[in-house]
Amino acid sequence: MAAPVKQNKLIRWIDHRLPVFTLMEHELNEYPTPKNLNYWWNFGSLAGIMLVIMIFTGVFLAMAYTPQKDLAFDSVERIMREVNYGWLMRYIHMNGASFFFIVTYIHIFRGLYYGSYKTPRELLWMLGVVILLLMMATAFMGYVLPWGQMSYWGATVITNLFSAVPVVGNAIVTWLWGGFVVDNPTLNRFFALHYLLPFVIVGVVMLHLAALHQHGSNNPLGIDRKGPQDSIPFHPYYTIKDLFGLGVFLLFYAAFVFFWPNLLGDPANYIPANPLQTPPEIVPEWYFLPFYAILRSVPNKLLGVVMMFGSIFILFLLPWLDTSRVRSATFRPIYKWFFFVLIVDCVALGIVGAHRPEGIWVVIGRIATAYYYFHFLLMMPFVGWFERPRPLPTSISSAVLKGGGRLAGAGATMEKP
Amino acid sequence: MADIAHPAGGSVHGTETSRRDFLTLTAAALGGIGAASAIWPFLDSMNPAKDTLALSSTEVDLAPVQKGQRLTVVWRGKPVFIDHRPDEEIKKAQEVDVSSLRDPQPDSERVKKPEWLVVVGVCTHLGCIPLGQKATDDRGQFGGWFCPCHGSMYDTSGRIRQGPAPQNLAVPPYEFTSDTTIKIG
Repeated sequence: MAAPVKQNKLIRWIDHRLPVFTLMEHELNEYPTPKNLNYWWNFGSLAGIMLVIMIFTGVFLAMAYTPQKDLAFDSVERIMREVNYGWLMRYIHMNGASFFFIVTYIHIFRGLYYGSYKTPRELLWMLGVVILLLMMATAFMGYVLPWGQMSYWGATVITNLFSAVPVVGNAIVTWLWGGFVVDNPTLNRFFALHYLLPFVIVGVVMLHLAALHQHGSNNPLGIDRKGPQDSIPFHPYYTIKDLFGLGVFLLFYAAFVFFWPNLLGDPANYIPANPLQTPPEIVPEWYFLPFYAILRSVPNKLLGVVMMFGSIFILFLLPWLDTSRVRSATFRPIYKWFFFVLIVDCVALGIVGAHRPEGIWVVIGRIATAYYYFHFLLMMPFVGWFERPRPLPTSISSAVLKGGGRLAGAGATMEKP
Repeated sequence: MADIAHPAGGSVHGTETSRRDFLTLTAAALGGIGAASAIWPFLDSMNPAKDTLALSSTEVDLAPVQKGQRLTVVWRGKPVFIDHRPDEEIKKAQEVDVSSLRDPQPDSERVKKPEWLVVVGVCTHLGCIPLGQKATDDRGQFGGWFCPCHGSMYDTSGRIRQGPAPQNLAVPPYEFTSDTTIKIG
């Protein structure tokens, strides 16, 4: 670890007392990274950038927002019409939530396909699930702040989920509300927590990165690096690749912010909250629709709530539910197809969640919910057990370099008999 | 202090618990209990405040409500449905086979005077406000209330008959202060 950064005297003085420059050099510059990462590995850094964008715009929005039930809606409209560039900050923040979830969901499916949750990265994966849960709580509370009809009734329906808890359910809901309905105390605390949780997320992201850097990134082949010939330094190779990906991503994001800022939102949220009138249809934001579909597909209230939360908590168990030792689905001929079916299943749940639970939607919702659980609880353990994986390459380099024998001789180096 | 510390020295080479271990454990336990109790004020501060609780009763004058009319009043921020039930609605509510209900309750347990039904107008599924207060509203198949969110249907006694809601519409605590006024809460 020769540190070439320590040329400057001041830097050397600081680094001797607080080794931030050594840390940056070690973790961002020379940090050895598998040399075969594809663009699916862009989405982690994109998620990190989205977090920064959300905190930055959020702090400025908070300067003009009033968390009081009679003033909240109007203060948001004032941000839109009177505050200089208020419309821009709000649209960046509002669409930012959607894009943060898009990026995060792709990041998660990347991990599912390439087996990034398998040993020794179980804690890395579980910290990621914690981040997802925190993101969902933050997004939900943020959506309540404009105090429109969807804000109010979304808050009512979601907090009422806790009334399904036996015995103490109603006491919990009253405690969450600070009253007997969603009201000013609820808005106040949601604002406080919506401001706090992003910084908690920053903390968990730090742990996520610490766990990541312990063993380094997984890679598309899912095999361990055999030596320095399989790695390249993070900078400049992946900084430039991530930056290019960021540029492409920002094109899409900016298109929504400037041309279709309200496409992903619900028009009913531009009607001020009315506690005495429920809108004809309550729909959550698109990124919650699959979970909402699971909730509504189960005819029993408590079971519906349990299955909805369970659909995320099941991810904590994933490293142990998957019995295959081969990480990358590239070499798993059967699992690979189940993976694509899971994507279709999640999209189907999302579509079901957007429709009234009537007729065919109930049937599709139930089948899709059942499949979701089947995938994780039954398919994963069993396919890993009987599937015959394709032969793995001997090293990252041998799979990339010509003439190095792209795959180890037929039938050799199977991870499992 | 020294003579307290010294006897403990005897256990340095032994495995038996010393007085120091005991003191460490009890001190840690007491500290833990103290820290846990200190959380309570913070948790309790999130419960309804005193002024919120103070708004907990509402008086309603029933005199202007005609037979067949339904009135909505606000109690603790929630809508309360008051239904001046016509005779056929009362009959329908009383004739139901109680054992066939999801949340079995005879109509007589849900009213103080049969012509006046008073229920909290919040769906017991996920808290939406059912339709049915206006004569033009969709009242569902049982002539009571219909929740548009997830399709729960209530009968003319506010009992759940169809849909995902687990319970009947709640009857708030109320009393008749005179023949035509009630006090809810």
